[in-house]
Amino acid sequence: MRIPPKYTQMIAVAVLAGATLATLAVLLFIIGYVLNKGLPVVSFQFLFSNPEDMGRAGGIFPTLVGSVLLPLLAIAIAMPLGVGTAVYLTEYTRETRATKVIRFGTDCLAGIPSIIFGLFGFIFFVVMLQFGWSLLSGGLTLAIMILPTIIRTSEEAIRAVPHSYREVSFSLGATRWETVMKVVLPNALPGIVTGVMLGIGRCISETAAVIFTAGLALRLPRSVFDSTRTMAVHFYTLAREGISNENAYGTAAVLIIAVLLTNLAAYWLMHRFIARRTK
Amino acid sequence: MSDAKIVVRRLGVFFGQAQSLRWVTMDVPRNRILGIIGPSGSGKTTFLRTLNRLNDLSPDTHIEGEVLLDGQDIHHPNFDVVALRKRIGMVFALPVPLPMSIFDNVVYGARLAGVKRDKWDELVERSLRAAFLWDEVKDRLHTSGMRLSGGQQQRLCLARTLAMEPEVVLLDEPCSGLDPISTAKIEEALTILKAKYTIVLVTNNTKQAARVADDTAFFLMGEMVEHGPTSQIFTVPRDKRTNDYVTGRFG
Ligand SMILES: Nc1ncnc2c1ncn2[C@@H]1O[C@H](COP(=O)(O)OP(=O)(O)OP(=O)(O)O)[C@@H](O)[C@H]1O
Ligand SMILES: [Mg+2]
Repeated sequence: MRIPPKYTQMIAVAVLAGATLATLAVLLFIIGYVLNKGLPVVSFQFLFSNPEDMGRAGGIFPTLVGSVLLPLLAIAIAMPLGVGTAVYLTEYTRETRATKVIRFGTDCLAGIPSIIFGLFGFIFFVVMLQFGWSLLSGGLTLAIMILPTIIRTSEEAIRAVPHSYREVSFSLGATRWETVMKVVLPNALPGIVTGVMLGIGRCISETAAVIFTAGLALRLPRSVFDSTRTMAVHFYTLAREGISNENAYGTAAVLIIAVLLTNLAAYWLMHRFIARRTK
Repeated sequence: MSDAKIVVRRLGVFFGQAQSLRWVTMDVPRNRILGIIGPSGSGKTTFLRTLNRLNDLSPDTHIEGEVLLDGQDIHHPNFDVVALRKRIGMVFALPVPLPMSIFDNVVYGARLAGVKRDKWDELVERSLRAAFLWDEVKDRLHTSGMRLSGGQQQRLCLARTLAMEPEVVLLDEPCSGLDPISTAKIEEALTILKAKYTIVLVTNNTKQAARVADDTAFFLMGEMVEHGPTSQIFTVPRDKRTNDYVTGRFG
């Protein structure tokens, strides 16, 4: 029996809308649950004072700082490397077997569980290079972890820039480098920023790779060679060791809000950037 | 040295196995408009893109023969391609304003060439005037070039090329898709510009070649069939195929 197109259309809309609603509901439930349990302990005091008694009492200030510094360091390392690689692969090489191997490699790297990166970071940065448990070890490890994402998203964004823009630029006497800087990258920027935001998100929420490389120190780091604890790791430790469920949820609530705010800020910046170029 | 700005000798252009230009030999005279006519796929665009070496960008391109600009071989390994493209400007068939303001579009090339910032205002006005666009955009120079109409965009692209102060201007069907008024404006611009530049105008519109070109070349299936003063090509062509094409009896 054939279902008339009018009904298949209705069924499709219903199924798709249902899937969307279900996703949204789960998401909102999780956020609502965490905020509901966590927000009551969040206060100025909680945000800006040092933890006491392993986090059983006091605030989360050092972990807040850790959650800002570590992703920033990782991005500062991964973005130039990732965007540079993407530019090289798209603009400076022809499609060859070598570029395919590199792309396959980055794809494989993207699928590796983060704990493996953690172990690698521990063995290589912490032990071999003797960086110890530190911001530096953690930042480098996270940088390697998010590099594939940044390379791939940047590559796609760069490829999406119309070929005709490049031809125009060349025809106006630009070198390849000038074309990359003035035409390709500005137009690929929204896509690149999306990749970077994904990377930051992964860094902020990462625990396994961070515990192994940045450690668990609850003091404010004074240099890149100091150990630091991020909010995600703090939450994990508090909950896992049963130190304080309340403070664990408080930390989680701050984490969620921080992630939302970063994303909002990024979108706002990007829209302003695009609006300025097309006004 | 002859009066030719560009000398082309036995030029062959191959994309992979396919040959798109078959041993073209001709001179492009200085300070004149050379019109290039011919049916679709006859190699007109390929010819233009060889002159400023844009074909180099496509993979698997292979070029034989010689192209001399003021007597210098542009394919010589020591010849600076970037400098070449500054000397030979090109306006593409489809107008492609870069996604930036009208002003930035016009100064794009000049900026790269190191023209000082205090010269830009004057340069933008002069170039837009030469392309007959100034009056329409002078109050919105800092809005996006992509907001212009198709015809305005094409004139913006012309202005952008002129702002580089090239020696040669290549135009690939600059008036396809334009209304008669915009077309007339571009044609008027070209006839004034030839005093300063050498112009090569590819056109699908034989009437346009008849109107503005001093010399005309007829391309067919990658070959340059005939080349001479426009009046001769349109009245007493030597080749029957040229005659068929210009009288519209082709095919
Ligand atoms: N980059 C390229 N790669 C492969 N083949 C190409 C390329 N550019 C052009 N060709 C081929 O070369 C031949 C000539 O094309 P060209 O664009 O020069 O024609 P044209 O005379 O400009 O036609 P039209 O009037 O339609 O613009 C065509 O057969 C085309 O398929
Ligand atoms: Mg063409």
